[in-house]
Amino acid sequence: MESVQAEQRRTDIGPPNYENFLHPVIKKNYGTWKYHEILKPGVLVHVSETGEKIYTVRMGSPRLINIETIRMICDLADKYSDGYLRFTSRHNVEFLMTDQSKIDPLISEIESKGYPVGGTGKSITNIVHTQGWVHCHTPATDASGIVKSVMDELYDYFRTMKLPAKLRIALACCLNMCGAVHCSDIAILGVHRRPPKILSNLNKLCEVPTTVASCPTGAIAPAVVDGVQTVEVNEEKCMFCGNCYTMCPAMPLANSLNDGVSIWVGGKVSNARHAPMFSKLAIPYIPNNPPRWPEVVDAVKNIVEIYAKNAKKYERLGEWIERIGWSRFFDMTGIEFTKYHIDDYRFAATTYNTSTHFTL
Amino acid sequence: MANEAKKSTTPLLDDLEKGKWPSFVREIKKMADKNPRAKDLLGQLEMSYRDKVTHWKHGGLVGVRGYGGGVIGRYSDSPDKFPNVAHFHTIRVNQPSGWFYTSKALREICDIWEQHGSGLTNMHGSTGDMVLLGTSTDNLEPIFSKLTSKGWDLGGSGSVLRTPSCCLGKARCEFACYDTLALTNDLTHEFQDVLHRPQFPYKWKFKMAGCPNDCVASVARADMSIIGRWKDDVRVDQDAVREYAKSGVNVQTEICDLCPTQCMSWDGRELKIENTWCNKCMHCINAMPKALRPGKDTGATILIGAKAPILQGAELSSVLVPFMKIEPPYKELKDLVEKIWDFWGEYGKNRERIGELIQRVGMGQFLEAIELPPSPQMIKNPRENPFIFYEEYFEEEGSGEGSK
Ligand code: HEM
Ligand code: HEM
Ligand code: HEM
Ligand code: HEM
Ligand code: SF4
Ligand code: SF4
Ligand code: SF4
Ligand code: SF4
Repeated sequence: MESVQAEQRRTDIGPPNYENFLHPVIKKNYGTWKYHEILKPGVLVHVSETGEKIYTVRMGSPRLINIETIRMICDLADKYSDGYLRFTSRHNVEFLMTDQSKIDPLISEIESKGYPVGGTGKSITNIVHTQGWVHCHTPATDASGIVKSVMDELYDYFRTMKLPAKLRIALACCLNMCGAVHCSDIAILGVHRRPPKILSNLNKLCEVPTTVASCPTGAIAPAVVDGVQTVEVNEEKCMFCGNCYTMCPAMPLANSLNDGVSIWVGGKVSNARHAPMFSKLAIPYIPNNPPRWPEVVDAVKNIVEIYAKNAKKYERLGEWIERIGWSRFFDMTGIEFTKYHIDDYRFAATTYNTSTHFTL
Repeated sequence: MANEAKKSTTPLLDDLEKGKWPSFVREIKKMADKNPRAKDLLGQLEMSYRDKVTHWKHGGLVGVRGYGGGVIGRYSDSPDKFPNVAHFHTIRVNQPSGWFYTSKALREICDIWEQHGSGLTNMHGSTGDMVLLGTSTDNLEPIFSKLTSKGWDLGGSGSVLRTPSCCLGKARCEFACYDTLALTNDLTHEFQDVLHRPQFPYKWKFKMAGCPNDCVASVARADMSIIGRWKDDVRVDQDAVREYAKSGVNVQTEICDLCPTQCMSWDGRELKIENTWCNKCMHCINAMPKALRPGKDTGATILIGAKAPILQGAELSSVLVPFMKIEPPYKELKDLVEKIWDFWGEYGKNRERIGELIQRVGMGQFLEAIELPPSPQMIKNPRENPFIFYEEYFEEEGSGEGSK
């Protein structure tokens, strides 16, 4: 049943070929890179088998950027890197250049516009994060505001490389986790703590069967209240995912009194030394305190500083904790240990200690 | 109140303009001066900061004609106060492999977005797409036709193949064990139909990392994680190792002692590696990139099934094919993918990720269905419980029945 008009509408063309966007030196030396060095924080050089070099300058960005800023970045690329640039998997901008003498002028121009250069090696690079109150319907907290506040405080760690190893922070504003959070050295995760409300006009806004079906844990059941078709929620089964609200606007989940943030530590994705690990719960709940979430900032900073002081060279946060043990971690950070730290979801028992290996 | 000029209407957000890290509030404000959508976004966001809740609603399906994804529908819960964000849909634009751009290409997108949207973006969204943040339904088709006329297409959302993404691989990384950019580009084009039109039980993500450093977090984030590795020996330049030692690297404590397989030794002159033990963790190579390099017989490990905690608990991807050569036209890989998609399409329940399906039917059954042999690389350890569902047995002689 295609439209009769054979119009010029193009579909399914896919993304443009990356080859069109590669700097000529990269194109020429594609696959023949021999080694790299970090010349200073935020500046890399990659050297090819042929001896040719490409320099990279890495600039931090707030991820949410406007088109004027993108055009400013384009101007910088035109001026310093022959119009070629890229973005990293953690929202940083990279200028790819061949003329070493242009590096310092580029850095001063970037910094004069209020953006930092860094995020390489044993640093804290940009925080991977999600939409929050800027653009999502299920967040338990904002994303950009916490990221800004935390990065303001950890700014020097972005511009230096003085940590024992790299430290990756990520933030997701609800447990749907649209960002790489669960395997981060430090993860900041928005949490709801109350099941959805059920508005009295539910029967007008939503279909009961699709609403019931939307719940992944089967917490929602049809009900009749005052002779009107509606639903009820088994509060013990609800884990606050917001799927029901997606299907049914009469089941709002956001709760200004109870929503907040949890903090998780010790995850990693790289295979270097230790295999990839999930992040584990450090702090179950910190209330939302916009615009700057000072308690969250302090908690993150505390963990970073104690890790930085005590871990061995190359030891990621999770490797450090594994060496010293969780009892020692809670002791050193002063974080309170609660019943919420003990898993009670499926396969929980695999996280229980079956040895006498611990500190007191 | 609106024309109360001297007092700021956004005192909470104003605070986030201070501090050293670049400010997203300043980004929004700069647009708010010329773009009413950005202005109302700022107003609504301030209201969220005051109320400590979101003011967005989910709004059902919106999109461009013929596509089932690529646009995230979003509606304000206060359209009377903020009419310019009454609809505020985002558009996912499929990024080029490795996020490489020219200034010219980016400017073209800025021009389109200036005319038809909020002027705000995420560079990039967590899936990898370029995210154009906020426009109204009537602008979707015009944006789409302008994007495609400049060579851009939408990314995935919903129960589709999500926009594949990769590390920058051979373009600028000496560790890349296969061409992540080429593979990503090839798969994205090959599978355009399932990327734009929901045909799966749920979402499917590919992420390509050139080596076990996994700079795109594929092991945590992809239904199929394709992680480069090598089979032969780590390439060692002994002179360069000695250079590192001279420049202050303690090769014994920083390299050998941290090797997880303890397969390295250093006598102060020569670094020896027992390569049959090396598990390709990358530590020594990361630490001394001028001296050590991955081997030359390269390919990738294919892992399957990462997913977030909903519903059965979270999983990391686990090994499916310990080693595969990754070379165009990628037939072996594509055949495997098609078999898995067939199995998932047939047996997967609505909103069941492949990782959950495998948990439900058992890895053994899954391997049989997709005709892959079991191998010890797939497990951390063999089973610990003796509840084995044996499928073969011997019948007593003469009973007339053979073994199953
Ligand atoms: C039932 C579960 C989920 C729901 C209801 C959900 C909902 C959403 C929504 C509404 C958005 C759009 C945010 C916006 O732009 O307004 C989003 C974005 C996204 N989701 Fe999910 N999501 C779910 C699970 C997941 C999971 C399990 C993943 C990955 C493991 C994921 C990955 C993403 C990513 C990468 C984005 C883009 C976010 C960004 O760039 O900021 N989502 N999701
Ligand atoms: C010396 C060894 C390493 C080199 C040469 C290296 C190289 C790179 C390159 C080229 C990128 C940009 C990739 C892209 O955006 O697609 C990158 C980003 C990244 N790498 Fe690595 N990598 C190394 C080690 C590691 C390790 C061990 C890890 C994890 C533990 C890691 C995690 C990451 C992450 C998370 C990013 C995103 C960084 C950002 O955007 O700021 N890398 N790395
Ligand atoms: C600190 C709490 C956690 C946060 C904030 C978090 C966040 C996330 C996010 C944002 C993603 C999506 C990545 C993307 O595709 O863009 C994700 C995926 C995932 N998470 Fe977590 N996570 C957390 C805890 C966990 C835990 C405890 C586990 C497992 C025990 C886990 C396992 C996974 C897995 C396997 C994925 C696969 C991604 C997918 O479905 O595509 N996460 N997580
Ligand atoms: C078909 C399954 C199993 C059989 C036939 C079996 C049989 C036995 C027998 C005969 C004993 C020795 C009892 C004695 O002291 O006289 C024993 C002890 C034990 N079994 Fe099992 N068992 C089975 C499965 C399991 C499983 C699945 C577990 C745990 C996961 C388990 C845990 C134990 C423990 C803890 C002991 C005591 C060991 C000790 O005294 O050191 N068994 N079992
Ligand atoms: S993590 Fe949750 S709240 Fe945040 S963007 Fe994703 S679905 Fe929305
Ligand atoms: S929030 Fe999630 S778990 Fe709770 S009732 Fe709604 S769908 Fe079910
Ligand atoms: S995953 Fe490996 S090959 Fe890819 S950019 Fe990272 S270090 Fe390089
Ligand atoms: S790659 Fe890892 S396992 Fe292999 S030799 Fe180096 S440190 Fe050891």
